[in-house]
Amino acid sequence: MNIVALFKLVPDLVEELEIDQNGTALNTDFLRLIINEFDDHAIEQAILLKERSGARVSVLGPDIEGADDVLYTAASKGADQVIKLTGDFQGKANNHAMARAVASTLKELQADLILTGVQANTDLDGSMGALLAEYLDMPYVGYVSGVNTVDGKVVARKEYPGGLVAEMEIKLPAVLGIQAAEQPPRYVAVSKVRQAMKTATIEERPLAEADLSGGSTIHRMFKPEAGTRAEMIEGSADEVAARLVGIFKEIGVL
Amino acid sequence: MNQDIYVVIEHLRGQVADISYLMLVGARALAQTTGGEVIAVLLGHDAQGLANNMAANKVLYVDHPALAEFTSDAYQKTLAGLIREREPRAVLFASSSIGADVSGVLSARLNLPLISSCQSFSADGRPISQICGGKIMAESDLPDTTTLLTMIPGGYKPEEGQSGKAPEIIKMEAPSLDNLRVTLKQYIEPEAGDVDISKEPIIISVGRGIQNQDNIEIAEELAKALGGVVAASRPVVDQGWMSTSRLVGKSGKKVKPKIYLALGISGAPEHVEGMGESEVIIAINTDTNAPIFNVAKYGTTIDLFDLVPALTEKLREIKKA
Repeated sequence: MNIVALFKLVPDLVEELEIDQNGTALNTDFLRLIINEFDDHAIEQAILLKERSGARVSVLGPDIEGADDVLYTAASKGADQVIKLTGDFQGKANNHAMARAVASTLKELQADLILTGVQANTDLDGSMGALLAEYLDMPYVGYVSGVNTVDGKVVARKEYPGGLVAEMEIKLPAVLGIQAAEQPPRYVAVSKVRQAMKTATIEERPLAEADLSGGSTIHRMFKPEAGTRAEMIEGSADEVAARLVGIFKEIGVL
Repeated sequence: MNQDIYVVIEHLRGQVADISYLMLVGARALAQTTGGEVIAVLLGHDAQGLANNMAANKVLYVDHPALAEFTSDAYQKTLAGLIREREPRAVLFASSSIGADVSGVLSARLNLPLISSCQSFSADGRPISQICGGKIMAESDLPDTTTLLTMIPGGYKPEEGQSGKAPEIIKMEAPSLDNLRVTLKQYIEPEAGDVDISKEPIIISVGRGIQNQDNIEIAEELAKALGGVVAASRPVVDQGWMSTSRLVGKSGKKVKPKIYLALGISGAPEHVEGMGESEVIIAINTDTNAPIFNVAKYGTTIDLFDLVPALTEKLREIKKA
């Protein structure tokens, strides 16, 4: 079975985000990108499936800064093939464009099961997985937190609010949007990643020109208005603690 | 294309989700700018009664045994035909386990634009989405064709989407729903857990900022001193540091305690969905820009590892006295 895990890089939300001069996009000058955490779970789930029932795992993502790290890390975790999709992505490509372009690469790879994160923090035109599934004419199930393969099918644990889970049976080939792998993405030592840098080869595949139709045109981007912002409590740990005790008393929980 | 706004009603095991009513309110706001009606679209089996309290001009109801429980394939087929035939101005879906499985696929299948994570509409009918974990808002143009949108909570009140008067219900023909590629095998009930956090009046909740499993102890100590329970946001549960029964948010429990103390929680929309209606939210986070401060009543950027032990100590002294 061929399993493909697809990732993208998104802004690290720990850093301060700035909006560009036109007011319609993020300022990418100092933007630090990291792997979309749901995609990290998708990679982990692919590796877990390989370990459990045998599979060939390919990991692919767009060629932007940080992609090599993700790919070498995936190789050190056990991915058999790591691929970088080359083309012009900086800031412009929406999920519709990426999904259309990636679909043809995925056909070449003859993927039976495609795993990708259920969402990404920059999604503005839906999630990657659902779009991709339709462009490949495959079924899609998202919010998945566990996958088993059984004779030409997969059984996925789909999450609903309140902790309810639905077991869905899905015919292969299929695309799943991963919410969480069955275990947290494993940690790999830097030495192992360095070793992968020597032994693994990142393949490059060019992507067709981006067709952005289906996405939105941003009229303006802004930070949420701070109208209802919290009353900030300043001071030393002791002073803040004392104020919080006062608040607890006011509320009547003390 | 007509000017009506369709709302795909989300329901699970006989319960209409709050977001469905919220979307009816959003649809009303949008319909006022387009001049159309608000039309609820209900898919199910023997589920017509669910529509009785919906604040909509009409309800389109499709009944079929294959729609008794949600599966992505059956919903996609049914809605694709309906949207293609009736060409509404816009179709609202919940940004959820159900809506997100359907909206993206339909956008690609019908070649219609999709705008996701929409929280509200501007006065001139532009969708305003919340992205980057709640740190950025993006106002989009509404394309000149039938547009699909996914909605998140926060912009409208679900109560306003309910009505005492039953709307007109129009029964629609279901398409052929054979050879589905996705089928429901079974539901697995949530873990009961030792406490039901949705009923607790005092919640100390930990997020990514707690850093590791051992540190959860300081939250437990605080909870003990204050008489509350410890809950968590998604990253903490995904790490296996706390049980799923303690998860607060979109995929976990919805809580409304008297006091919600958020330790090292950024306040991503998925988390806020589960705790935004708490009576008093107090946020402790070293990131001044964390969106949690936009929902909290009180906040502090002091390091939780300095503050929490000091707070616990003070509470213990008070109890002793």
